[in-house]
Amino acid sequence: MRISVSRTLGVLTAVAALATTAACGSGFDNNSATPQKTGKAHLNVLVATSGTADLDAVRQAAAKWAASTGSTATVSPAQDMNQQLTQGFASGKPPDVFMVDATQFEAYAKAGDLEPYGQTLSYRDDLYPTLRQSFTLDGTLYCAPKDFSTLALEINNAAWQKAGLTDADVPTTWDQLETVARKLTTGKQVGLALGDTRDRIGAFMVQAGGWVTSDDQRTATADTPANLEALQFVQKLLAEGVAKYPKQLDSGWSGEAFGKGRAAMAIEGNWLRGAMKTDYPDISYRVVPLPSGPKSQGTLSFTQCWGVAAKSQFKQQAIDLVNSFMTPEQQMVFADAFGVMPSRMSVRAEYQQKFPQDAAFLDGADYARGPVTAPTMNAVLADFDTGLQGLPQADPEQILRRLQKHTADALQH
Amino acid sequence: MRYSTDPMKERPVTPGDRPRTRPTRPRNGPGIRGREGVAGWLFAAPVVVILGLFLLAPILLALWVSLSDWNGSGSPLASGVHFVGGRNYAALLTRDGLARDDFMVSLRNNFYYVLLVVPLQTVLALGLALALHRRRLAGRNFFRTAYYFPSVTSSVAISVVFLFLFSSSGTINALLRLVGVHGPSWFADPRGILQLLLFQLGLADPAHPPAMLAGHHVFGLSVWDWLSGPSVAMCSIVFLVVWTSAGGYMLMFLAALQNLPVSVQEAAVVDGATPSQRLRRVTLPMIRPTVFLVLTIGLIGTWQVFDQIYVMSQGNPGKTTLTPAYLSYTTSFTSQQWGRGTAIAFILFLVIVVFTVIQRWVLRERDGRRRWSRRPTA
Repeated sequence: MRISVSRTLGVLTAVAALATTAACGSGFDNNSATPQKTGKAHLNVLVATSGTADLDAVRQAAAKWAASTGSTATVSPAQDMNQQLTQGFASGKPPDVFMVDATQFEAYAKAGDLEPYGQTLSYRDDLYPTLRQSFTLDGTLYCAPKDFSTLALEINNAAWQKAGLTDADVPTTWDQLETVARKLTTGKQVGLALGDTRDRIGAFMVQAGGWVTSDDQRTATADTPANLEALQFVQKLLAEGVAKYPKQLDSGWSGEAFGKGRAAMAIEGNWLRGAMKTDYPDISYRVVPLPSGPKSQGTLSFTQCWGVAAKSQFKQQAIDLVNSFMTPEQQMVFADAFGVMPSRMSVRAEYQQKFPQDAAFLDGADYARGPVTAPTMNAVLADFDTGLQGLPQADPEQILRRLQKHTADALQH
Repeated sequence: MRYSTDPMKERPVTPGDRPRTRPTRPRNGPGIRGREGVAGWLFAAPVVVILGLFLLAPILLALWVSLSDWNGSGSPLASGVHFVGGRNYAALLTRDGLARDDFMVSLRNNFYYVLLVVPLQTVLALGLALALHRRRLAGRNFFRTAYYFPSVTSSVAISVVFLFLFSSSGTINALLRLVGVHGPSWFADPRGILQLLLFQLGLADPAHPPAMLAGHHVFGLSVWDWLSGPSVAMCSIVFLVVWTSAGGYMLMFLAALQNLPVSVQEAAVVDGATPSQRLRRVTLPMIRPTVFLVLTIGLIGTWQVFDQIYVMSQGNPGKTTLTPAYLSYTTSFTSQQWGRGTAIAFILFLVIVVFTVIQRWVLRERDGRRRWSRRPTA
């Protein structure tokens, strides 16, 4: 008697638990289109910020839009963007507008989380092609790249003069880079501080005419002679001691080594400007384009886009908000506030005029390469980084063979 | 976590509990105890529902995700999610590839981590507890609070402080320099300490590992890699965790020590036992349940290490601080491979169960020692 009662109750509980879960599930079935609401909207905007400057700028822009349309827009900073977005997507209640990094874009686009509004934008052709490429999947532009940064070569003016170098010595080829790095290497300072990841060393691969994948990101092209040449050059610089990784210079990143005078040159992006201004305001330095490799000029671009959730109730209003962020005037306001480069080509002249010292970063837009966007490649590229950290002892050929094998494997799935 | 044993088992058994053994008279209704089961379930219902909803259902759902191709969008039970069988598990265990390499590296790292942390923190906690248990220690309350303090402080805050302490120009290296030692750049050093030791002894060179070890691969990782030992970076984390958690376990030992009857210790003294004999032959066997508890909690906790890795190293340098829990997180949230990420979690669960069973078996009460561990009845 007792046993049968407890069994019945146990079964009932289990059924109830499963039914509850199933009920949760059916509520957010992927196939049901979210009904749209017109008129005044309440938008949730989730942004990844590095400080208060960019958060405030977005908040002000959103408030301006809200005031002119009568809607409201709440801008909140993300603590962990991937995690918070996933929670939103999984529960079916994502933020309406959010920043999507190029390296994560493809995963969200494939899962159907992103509204592909990019196709309809009037200023579509005004966006830099390399940025458009980063947010295009199967020929469809999903979202508007909000801004971008590129890598360039930063040179410490004092160290440069001390080594007896002039304007004519600014390196434009790999050989020249090696020569000046050698001249700039003294007892206390190394010639070049170079980040030990694909996000810095990858630029050399682009300059040599190589890259991890083909342009359409369908084929692995890691173990090519071009990539090998790039890694061997980096290996040579490191072995000679004229270039060093930040950790060898007791620094968290190249900018710190550069600011502290432990390196006379660094390869970093636009974000170095802000860091130098706040942490090392006394250092005088210049920014020049990265030297050309055997094949061409080359650099890497980093970008995020304004994603609009496919599950938003206010898609039209959300796109309208993004459009207000993307106007040439607003792009300049953002550039002013936190040092990013506008993603619209029509603002290029104005930006160049206002920030002539950043010409090298801006020029990079013409020959920059965006990051690999396939989500399964994250682990592969992290593994590649581990290999790069083993330079100069490690064998570049072996690193690339390993990268080739894993990339081919990852792109298959 | 719940440490308490089943209260039902500890209930004193009285003859009245077993109505069926009594001679019964013919019954028509349910009798005076017939509805007890229903009432019991009714009282337990709130807990059953809460546990079912917040513990059982999520675990079942995660198990389903680990067997599916869910992509992180919408509900895992929606129609677009397919059953893929053991594919996610195969990628981690049998299929040669990066996923398996990474998983095996993370298991190796965590194994060495457990191997160092569990004994160290247990011994340290016991030592502290024994020191504080002495009756005539001045400032006992102060020390008790001081040792316990790290356990109640946020692990994230402590991790950040340690990052500064262990930076290559930080306090630890400054202290080492005072005694003429050039400290490593702790959190940036991927070298395994066993390999370093072999190198120091002149037995092997990390640049050219012995072919016998480097040539043989087990689960995609060479024997040389399996035997690397924890990296210098991992050792820094071990140091931090031992320091943080020892205080909490100390409290458990202290509670157990204070529960011991003084008469047994006095009897041992009268019998002429030396202090070390009293510790090994009287005190330790009597607090065996607490030792078991501390080891078990320690084992489970260390296999799940995540916070410190997330804050301090993110698996770097050279993947030597990658742990299964952190790998599960990055596989899911960064690489968006949810099935594989949850599969890691379930394999980790099995690993923990296996290790706990082994530990239970090792610490089981053997016949020869039984008399020492039996609690004297007052």
